[in-house]
Amino acid sequence: MSDFEYANAPESKAIANISPSYGLFIGGKFVDPKKGKSFNTINPATEELLSKVGYGDKSDIDAAVRSARAAYTKIWSKMPAKERGKYLYRIARIMQERAREFAVVETLDNGKPIRESRDTDIPLAAAHFFYHAGWADKLEYAGFGNKPKPLGVVGQIIPWNFPLLMLAWKIAPALAAGNTVVLKPAETTPLTALLFAQVCQQAGLPDGVVNIVTGDGITGAALVNHPDVNKVAFTGSTEVGKAIARSISATKKTATLELGGKAANLVFEDAAIDEAVEGIINGIFFNQGHVCCAGSRLIIQENVADEVLEKLKKRMSLIRVGDPMDKNTDLGAINSKEQLNKIEEISKTGDAEGANRWSPDVKLPTKGFWYPPTIFTGVTQSHRIAREEIFGPVLSVLTFRTPAEAIEKANNTMYGLSAGIWSDKGAKVLWAAKQLKAGVIWSNTFNKFDPASPFGGYKESGWGREGGRHGLAGYLTSDLKVNK
Amino acid sequence: MSSLDINKTYKLFIGGAFPRSESGRVYEVKGTNKKFLANPALASRKDLRDAVVAAKSAQSGWANATAFNRGQILYRIAEIMQGRSEQFVEEICALEGVTTKAAKLQVAEAIDTWVWYSGWCDKLSSISGSQNQVSGPFYNFTTPEALGVIALFAEGKPSLLGAVRTLAPVLAAGNSAILIASESYPLPAITLGEVIATSDVPGGVVNILTGKTSELLPWIGSHMEIDGVDVAGLNKKQEDEIKLVGADNLKRISRFAPANHPERILSFMEHKTIWHPIGI
Repeated sequence: MSDFEYANAPESKAIANISPSYGLFIGGKFVDPKKGKSFNTINPATEELLSKVGYGDKSDIDAAVRSARAAYTKIWSKMPAKERGKYLYRIARIMQERAREFAVVETLDNGKPIRESRDTDIPLAAAHFFYHAGWADKLEYAGFGNKPKPLGVVGQIIPWNFPLLMLAWKIAPALAAGNTVVLKPAETTPLTALLFAQVCQQAGLPDGVVNIVTGDGITGAALVNHPDVNKVAFTGSTEVGKAIARSISATKKTATLELGGKAANLVFEDAAIDEAVEGIINGIFFNQGHVCCAGSRLIIQENVADEVLEKLKKRMSLIRVGDPMDKNTDLGAINSKEQLNKIEEISKTGDAEGANRWSPDVKLPTKGFWYPPTIFTGVTQSHRIAREEIFGPVLSVLTFRTPAEAIEKANNTMYGLSAGIWSDKGAKVLWAAKQLKAGVIWSNTFNKFDPASPFGGYKESGWGREGGRHGLAGYLTSDLKVNK
Repeated sequence: MSSLDINKTYKLFIGGAFPRSESGRVYEVKGTNKKFLANPALASRKDLRDAVVAAKSAQSGWANATAFNRGQILYRIAEIMQGRSEQFVEEICALEGVTTKAAKLQVAEAIDTWVWYSGWCDKLSSISGSQNQVSGPFYNFTTPEALGVIALFAEGKPSLLGAVRTLAPVLAAGNSAILIASESYPLPAITLGEVIATSDVPGGVVNILTGKTSELLPWIGSHMEIDGVDVAGLNKKQEDEIKLVGADNLKRISRFAPANHPERILSFMEHKTIWHPIGI
C-alpha cells in the first residue's frame, strides 16, 4: 500500500466557532444553571477541552418543563398547523446553511470521521426536519383518526453516537405533531444540540417550544420523573430503557424507546461476495461501531466462510484509522474513555472464552481514545461477544449450514432491532426477511436511514418506531387507546 | 317425571385440550340468585406456564397461515357460536342476572365481533403498512407482523362480549393468546373455549384460564415469553403492577376503550421495515 498513501486532507476547525462555555437553553434563552454547576466536554480524538457546558439538575429541569408547558398551552397548541410546519421548514433550511459548521462541531465533540458527519449525520438531520415539516398540517390524513391530537410536553433523552441526528429524530416529529419538548443531550456530546438551540433562535421559534438541558443520567432521570411531562422518548441502552419503563409504570406517561441491538448480518452462499464484504464493513465499522443497529454478528454460510473472511481481512487492512477531521479517515475515535473501557472489557471475554481475535496492523494515535477494527472468529452463541452489545468496532463471526439454522441463530437474542441479508436469490431474501425477528431488515445493503423509513425494534430493542408515518404515532393520541 | 340435569364440569383450555388445574383446586361460582352454578378450576402458576408453552409453540404456525385462512377460521368461530347461542344466553342470565333479551343482544354482538375481526385479517398491511419514499435507489416497505404471545385480562361484564372483544383482535393479528377469564364471571369464557376447540383454530393458539386474577397477575407480568398484555379486566393498581414487572422484557401493555377498532389489532403487532437496493 505504501505506493498509494493518501495525503492528509484535514477539515478546518475554524468554522466551528465553539464558545468557551454554554448555559442551558430554556424559554428561548441561554441561562445559567440554578446551582451554577458546569462540566467539560472534550474532543475524544485529542482529549483537548472544547467547552464547558451547564449542568442541569432537578430545578433546571423543572424550569424547562414549565417553559415547555407554557409554550404548549399559550402558543404552540393554538398555532395553525401550517405555521407550525413553516417553523420546521425554516429550521431545516438553516441547518442546511450551517451544515459544514455542524459537521465540524459534531466531529470534534464526538470523534466520528468528518466524512460521516458531513455526508450522513447532518444532511439526514436536516432532511428529518424537512420531512416532518410537511406532516404538520396533514396529520388528519396520517391514518390516526380524524382529529389526532398532540400529547403535550415531551421529555427526550438522546445518546452520544449520532448527537444531532438523534436530536432531529426526536424533536422534528414531536414539534410537527404539535408537542413542545425538553431535550437532554448526551453528557459527552452536548455541543451540536446547543448549536441547534441557536438555530431555533435564528428561526424565530417561539420561546419554550424547544428547551435543551445538558447534564448526565441524574438530569435525565429528573426529566423522566417530572410530573408534568406527558411522554418520554429515549434512545440508549436496554438497561436504562427498562428503568424508564419501570419509573413511568404508575403514571399516565407513554414512552417511545429505541434501545440496544445485536444485529445478525447473514451471508448466504449465493451472495455477491465482494458486495457483501463492503456491507459487512459498513455494518460494523460505520461510526466506530457506535450504532445500536450495527451488524455486530456476522453469520456466514459455512461453504463460503473462508472466502468471505479472507476478503474481509484484506478489506479491513485498508481501513484508515485516525484523525476524524481528516476527510480520508474511515474509522475515528471512540467517543469516551468510559466507552473504550467497555469495549476492551467485553472484547477480552472473547479471548478468555476461546474465540480468535484478529485486527489489521494499524497505528493508533497516542492521544485520545482508540480501538482497532477487530474481528473474532470461532465464536459460539453462548459467548458474551455474541450476546452483548459491544458498541464498538468489534465483529463476532459465526457460521451456519442450512437457512433454517441461520434464522435460528439470528433470532437467538433478546434484541430485535435490525438484521442484514446477503443473497442474490430474491425468494430467499424475502423468506429470510420474513423469518427474522427485527424491526429493520437490510437486504443486500446495511445501515441505511431515511426520514421516510420507520426505524425501531422488536422484543427488548424497544417500543415504537421513529421516522415515517409510523413514527408520528408516538407523538399523537389515538382515539381508542385509553390512558388511565 | 323429569330427568336430572347433567351439569358441565368447567375446565381449563390449554393446548387444545380441557385439563383440570394441575393444582387440583377449584372455586365456587354462584349466580346472582346465590345459587351454586359451577366449580371452575383455580389455575396455578404451573397451568399458566403450560399455557405459555402451548401458545408459544402454536404461534408461528398461526401467524404463517395465510390471512385469508385466519379470516375464515375466525368466521367459523362465529358460525359455531351461533349454534350455541342458547347456552351462552343461559350462562349470561344466570351469572350476570340480566334479562334474556339483554343476554341475547350480548351474544349477538359477540358473534358480530368475530365476523368484524374476521374481515380484518387480510387488510392489516393495507391500512398499516406502507411503501416508503426514501431518498435513494431502494425499495423500502413496512408491514405489520404478529407480536407473539399475548395475555388478555377479560372484562367482567359483559362476560362473553368482554372476552371476545379482547380475544378476536389478537387472533386476527396472528398472535396466540392466553385469556384470563373474569374471576367473577368466568363461565361464558370457558364455553367459548369449547366453541374455539371445534372451529379449526389450531390447538394452543387460544388458551383459557380461570382463577384468581391477583394470583396469576405477577406470574404473567414476569413471564419472559409473554410479549403483550391487554389489561381490560384489571383495575388501576393491578395495571400499575403488571406494567412494573412487565418492564423486565418490555412487554407491550395496552388498555382500550370497550369497543371494536383496528387499533386493538395493531397494538399487538410489530412493524417491520425492509430495504432492498434497486439497480442492475
